Amino acid sequence: MRQVIWLLFRREWLLAWRRPGDLLNPLVFFAIVISLFPLAVGPEPGMLQIMAPGVVWVAALLATLLSLDGMFRSDYEDGSLEQWVVSPHPLSMMVLVKVLHHWLLSGLPLVLLAPLFALMLALPLNVLPVLCLSLLLGTPVLSLLGAVGAALTVGLKGGGVLLALLILPLYIPVLVLGTGAVEAATQGLPVAGYLLWMGCLSMLAISLAPLGIAAGLRIGVSE
Amino acid sequence: MSARTLEVDTLSCERDLRELFSGLSFRLEPGKVLQVAGPNGSGKTSLLRILAGLLPAAEGDVRYDGASIFSGQGREQWRQNTLYIGHQPAVKAMLTPEENLAWLCALKQPVSRKAIWSALEQVGLRGFEDVPSRNLSAGQHRRVALARLYLQPLPVWILDEPFTAIDKSGVAGLEQHVLAHADAGGSVILTTHHSLEHLPQVQVLDLREGC
Repeated sequence: MRQVIWLLFRREWLLAWRRPGDLLNPLVFFAIVISLFPLAVGPEPGMLQIMAPGVVWVAALLATLLSLDGMFRSDYEDGSLEQWVVSPHPLSMMVLVKVLHHWLLSGLPLVLLAPLFALMLALPLNVLPVLCLSLLLGTPVLSLLGAVGAALTVGLKGGGVLLALLILPLYIPVLVLGTGAVEAATQGLPVAGYLLWMGCLSMLAISLAPLGIAAGLRIGVSE
Repeated sequence: MSARTLEVDTLSCERDLRELFSGLSFRLEPGKVLQVAGPNGSGKTSLLRILAGLLPAAEGDVRYDGASIFSGQGREQWRQNTLYIGHQPAVKAMLTPEENLAWLCALKQPVSRKAIWSALEQVGLRGFEDVPSRNLSAGQHRRVALARLYLQPLPVWILDEPFTAIDKSGVAGLEQHVLAHADAGGSVILTTHHSLEHLPQVQVLDLREGC
């Protein structure tokens, strides 16, 4: 089993490495959205600081959504998914590996880039650790929930809009908790509660979402 | 390696509220090749997809070695014993044939690099082991997928149009390989427009007759 996980990881890595554009697009999108805000609302630090948590989180959320649309599409179109479904290995385990790999290459870079852009939005230095931690706990949830939607829309042509409609409402709790944590930190209030809740959501998503993704893919393949 | 008896019991299939076949029953003994025949749209691919476990059957049951392949232990055993190759070759354009096969085989049982190279040689892809698959032709893509038949000693093969896009000499080699598999005690279920009826191991199931 360990060998299978390793081989799957290697396959995903090779596929991602040979199409770097797919990985860079969401990051560039994230960077552009955030850098547009100071240009649009003006360089007033007080105003930017109020908006910063929301802007960073919404940009991260949309960037994740952008990267998810094609997650299973190419595997569906070339028949790879059929082979996954008829394999004796548990499908939910394989999709968990795939989504975690996807997060490592798309979610984690967002977490690492966020402090840089937060500084641009005049967020104080002492808030940055909380911002990073909230993104670190929140982006896996975004990836896993989004993958459920991507799995359900895998067989549909132009499923991108439907994916957004399906998934964005489910993202709201993560968004509220994430921005809440950063806002509390800017006002010097305790943030542990927010972060613990986000940790809970992460654990829930890691344990339950793979089952949903696997079920969605089975439906998609049987169309 | 040796297959067990496969029994299909009053199987029906519906797509989009249209009945493709119903009450289909047959037995496949080890050492036999079943060629599923019928005109386009008669449900050949659907039957194979039901047997592979990709499509739910509307009614009926399929038993392998006495256990239903649709649930529990029987499904587990069936998945470990079957090799399904569908219309789509499942070959990623961005990966080389060797990388493709390493992962496709790992879905059943990981195989060594040496075995992959020798299988690729047997399907006539020597020298293409590390060429990106996007540079290969459609026939070569299919050959990569079919190289699994030389790599994995699974008793039951389910092959949907395996000979599509493959040249004459390639088809002859594959037919020999399929027959050798049957002679060694394996079972093969396939759809093809090539005529195989003259061979003693082959039994034909015609979906048009409504069996």
